[in-house]
Amino acid sequence: MSGTAPEAPAAPVLDVRGVTKVYGRGPTEVHALRGVSLTVERGDYVAIMGASGSGKSTLMNILGCLDVPTSGRYLIDGIDVGTLDERRLALLRNRKIGFVFQSFNLIPRMSALANVELPLVYGGIKPAERRRRALAALEQVGLADRVNHEPNELSGGQQQRVAVARALVTSPALLLADEPTGNLDTKATADVLAILDRLSAAGRTIVLITHEDDVAAHAKRVIRLIDGEIVEDRRQVPVDAPPPRYGTAPAASGIAGIGEGPVGR
Amino acid sequence: MSAVEILRFALHGLLANKLRSALTMLGIMIGVAAVILLVAVGQGTSDAITSNIARLGSNTLTVTPSFTGGMRGPGGFGGAGRAGATGPRTQAKRLSLADARALADASAAPSVKTVSPVVTAASLTATYEGASHTIGRLVGTYPSYFEASNRPVAKGSYFVNDDVLASRKLAVIGTTVAEALFGDVDPVGRRITISGVPFTVVGVLKETGTQGVQDADDIVIAPLPAVQQSLTGFGPLDQIVVQAKSADVVDDAEAEITAILNERHGITGTASPDYRIQNQAALQETVSTATGMFTVLLAAIAGISLVVGGIGITNIMLVTVTERTREIGIRKAIGATRGAILGQFLAEATMLSLAGGLLGVAIGVLGSRFTIAGIQPVIVPGSIVAALGVSVAIGLFFGVFPANRAAKLRPIEALRHD
Repeated sequence: MSGTAPEAPAAPVLDVRGVTKVYGRGPTEVHALRGVSLTVERGDYVAIMGASGSGKSTLMNILGCLDVPTSGRYLIDGIDVGTLDERRLALLRNRKIGFVFQSFNLIPRMSALANVELPLVYGGIKPAERRRRALAALEQVGLADRVNHEPNELSGGQQQRVAVARALVTSPALLLADEPTGNLDTKATADVLAILDRLSAAGRTIVLITHEDDVAAHAKRVIRLIDGEIVEDRRQVPVDAPPPRYGTAPAASGIAGIGEGPVGR
Repeated sequence: MSAVEILRFALHGLLANKLRSALTMLGIMIGVAAVILLVAVGQGTSDAITSNIARLGSNTLTVTPSFTGGMRGPGGFGGAGRAGATGPRTQAKRLSLADARALADASAAPSVKTVSPVVTAASLTATYEGASHTIGRLVGTYPSYFEASNRPVAKGSYFVNDDVLASRKLAVIGTTVAEALFGDVDPVGRRITISGVPFTVVGVLKETGTQGVQDADDIVIAPLPAVQQSLTGFGPLDQIVVQAKSADVVDDAEAEITAILNERHGITGTASPDYRIQNQAALQETVSTATGMFTVLLAAIAGISLVVGGIGITNIMLVTVTERTREIGIRKAIGATRGAILGQFLAEATMLSLAGGLLGVAIGVLGSRFTIAGIQPVIVPGSIVAALGVSVAIGLFFGVFPANRAAKLRPIEALRHD
């Protein structure tokens, strides 16, 4: 497993320096983030935990370049996001970041394959290449037999696996997952977490947001946010080690074992 | 991201809401079809009127007596506009055969080809073997009248100058008269009686079709002296029909006629003339200007429906953008640029209007094959190009606003939208 550890990178994948986010102004001002600094190295698997209102979603949106911080700097792969214009930002989201949302956010009335191909379309990849890569990504999440199904014909767990495939298909530097198991039942949760474990073991950098300890237990490093500040930064296993729950016996929680099914192909 | 992909997304977006897309297209379709059809109807009307006038002969001038104040005679309406100012003219001269001869003088009137003095009589009864018919118009004239007034003979022959000189009682009859008196029998060579005077039919005029309220085929044309001798008496002429040498010299001919008649009738300076010259070409011009305006009016009305269709597109695109805000957010989150979103929604709007426009063209072209309100529409190719062009332009123009709104959405706001 240690063979999957990535080579040492020149810059950390994520470098967040003193980021703040303030909503509203004057007396109704809300400080969602109060100066968060954080670096994430290549190959790390970080769980950001916190109660609702702790600012973890705000942080996630800033990390995903969906929102801009009020102050502070933010670098992805050494690129300062604050200096980018609209078009370059779109390009960055397309090339560097893969998003997995709590509510799946697949585009309705488009087949699973078309949904997964979408980032490649915006990335300007040729149709044949696009199809090959999308099919490979769907294969990776165990949905090779569902490629022509539309989202409303898929279960929640299957939809989320399509979303993971879509996030993966561009081979992004960073996989961001915002409560990916929040809308899923136990079995589907296990499936998705097993996929994330496998991706982490393969060297993918993952940042995951959750409020469940069970989910956070899969990460190599756990960061706890309270009221927009980091109060705890605990490393569970080294960056170059496999994630803690990867390949564990089903006896522990039943999650990994069930998850092994679709992933193990 | 290529244009093909943008079009594919747009098509997908439209097909996702088939009924809505179809209804929106309907608006543009009706607009485009209306423009093409109404312009075609206008053009058809204009063509019909113009050809009716052309049938009268476009290089013909008709001189009629004019009596300011409208006291006597058929030409009275001509000077009605000045009636209050000058009162009835007492010393007005009527048109005479001598006037007609003077107009035929090649040195004084070089632009004149033929001169046909005309007397007319209405409501005379013609009979043939028990059948009788009240003739709409009896015309006594010279043979040149047939060419000048564009009345060719379909059967039999014209009367000739010798017949005029000899005052032979010959008649060329219109199809209405022929049918009323003879039915299926060939009228040529048979004798009819007009107000008790026998005339021999030598020819039947070609049918012209009815113009306005007057039936142009309800006519009998006979040599001038024969008519004067037996029916109207040797009074003044009702008309002098002058044919110019060509359509180009009609105005010259009119000037020459004016000079000759002014001299003969002693009209000088500001005195208003006691005759009136009707210029067919001028009439034709006036009428075609009027029908042109009519066509423009129709096109304007149709244009309004096209704009309404365009507003329909804006409306639907705005609804679509609002409804798909979340989708826009997702697309942006996975790397769609502003241009890609703008392109997609613009392409949707343009496809709607283009498809609607093409359907409209099809319906307009099909519809104009039928007679509408007695008019055979004539398609103006320019109206097809213009209507289609305008519909696409409308799609682009009215699509820009919603599309721009969609493209400018910040991904985080779009994603939060439900």
